[in-house]
Amino acid sequence: MSFVPAPISRFFHRMASPPHFYCLTNKLLPWLTVIFILLLGYGLYAGLYLAPTDYQQGDSYRIIYVHVPAAWMSLFIYVVMATAGAIGLIWRIKLADIMVICSAPIGASFTFIALVTGSLWGKPMWGTWWVWDARLTSELILLFLYLGIISLYGAIEDKRSASRAVSILALVGVVNIPIIHYSVEWWNTLHQGPTVTKIDKPSIHIDMLIPLLVMAIAFKFYHLIALLQAAKVELLKREQNSQWVKTMLESET
Amino acid sequence: MNSFAESILMGGYAFYVWTAYGIAFVVLLINLVLPVLQRKQFLRELALKQKRTRQ
Amino acid sequence: MISAFFAIVRRDLILAVRLRAEAVNPVFFFILVVTLFPLGIGAETKLLQTMATGIIWVSALRAAMLSLDSLFRSDFDDGSLEQLLLSPHPLTILVFAKIIAHWLVTGLPLLIVAPLLAVFLGLPQQALGTLLITLVLVTPVLSLIGSIGVALTVGLRRGGMILSLLVLPLYVPVLIFASNAVAMAGNGYAVDAQINILIAILLLSVVLAPLPAAAALKMSMS
Repeated sequence: MSFVPAPISRFFHRMASPPHFYCLTNKLLPWLTVIFILLLGYGLYAGLYLAPTDYQQGDSYRIIYVHVPAAWMSLFIYVVMATAGAIGLIWRIKLADIMVICSAPIGASFTFIALVTGSLWGKPMWGTWWVWDARLTSELILLFLYLGIISLYGAIEDKRSASRAVSILALVGVVNIPIIHYSVEWWNTLHQGPTVTKIDKPSIHIDMLIPLLVMAIAFKFYHLIALLQAAKVELLKREQNSQWVKTMLESET
Repeated sequence: MNSFAESILMGGYAFYVWTAYGIAFVVLLINLVLPVLQRKQFLRELALKQKRTRQ
Repeated sequence: MISAFFAIVRRDLILAVRLRAEAVNPVFFFILVVTLFPLGIGAETKLLQTMATGIIWVSALRAAMLSLDSLFRSDFDDGSLEQLLLSPHPLTILVFAKIIAHWLVTGLPLLIVAPLLAVFLGLPQQALGTLLITLVLVTPVLSLIGSIGVALTVGLRRGGMILSLLVLPLYVPVLIFASNAVAMAGNGYAVDAQINILIAILLLSVVLAPLPAAAALKMSMS
């Protein structure tokens, strides 16, 4: 890493050391939580109350404020996970391994939320709970990819090999996601089903857009908080025999 | 802008909207609470183990 | 390096000839599953005809899935996989050789029974050529992508279920393009676009799949 200036490289190495990371997380979490609650509060208030009613869909469109940010997050987290996986495979950084496996349940949750809210939105709009719509279908396949990662990690006993396995799988998945996405979209245009997709509107009113963006940012903060919380547990479990965990325990009791 | 009571009713779509928000809220909450509980329990176990080895 | 490549292909083919079940079982499975569909959904010719491509492709996918386990299993059990890892040649090439041999043993026989199944399900005559072409293009992709999943799960005692969960979502694009090509050909349309995409996917997976498969194999053996 000679092309990285020394102070930056030193910063990353310090960051990647488990005790330092643990301390920093403890300091960061309250701030992140405050920002998240403020954003979420405003996003919900603006989305559920301030934003005008849609003239076509009535108030059912308000599901957009969880559905769309959740769908964005589901893809975003997969990319984050694969990136962490690549870092973990190349530089053998323990923290990156932990980030990979802690990302998977959060990503799966967001995918699940996107599917369920999509279905709840679809019922009044399409008349059925499930339509083989291109986006819902790719989201479903994404959920399977997440579940595959979680179950592979659970099946391999040695957690260090499991992390490597999961990182490889995440990288394979991230190469495949665009191909899957476009193939499903292509398939969907051929099998014209019930395509009364009022959802696909090209323009969106600014009063409707702002809550959407606020919610998307709030979800990013949520992701950070949930990831750090999960990473703390995983870190403690893996480092339970190291000195810093012991001294921390002693100072607490 | 509509009144507060009206926006609770969601123009007849209350069931769909509130179920969607409710499920999302529960799932996200589980993801936050579970690691905290797990950490507390793990630390308790670890402290117990440490005490035992010291004796 | 090239001699090592061919040595592995030759060895695996000889082994397959000695243990014929490995090559024959997926074919039987393929025929059997396709036979079950008319029994399950009724023997209406019209209905079967519309479902034929879907039935054939999903069954082919399952047959390929089941045969995947034999890719590294016996070598893992008798320790020759460790020898492979210790060899001075790049593991990616050796893994690629094993995948090729596996495809020759389990993928190619599916081609031979495909016409039979087409007759079973009343697939239109003009779709048969496309079915064969897509099978030639897709079965290697199934072996290539599958090899990653097998390499990840070969060390596990009950890897079978997880293997399906890992691999099947990755099979979605080829399933879509291949079955669509066959259905379109049955209706008399040109299918150049689908064939071209399948060729692209094949080339892409030839280049990309052996790398993670080799990395995963190293992980499984450590």
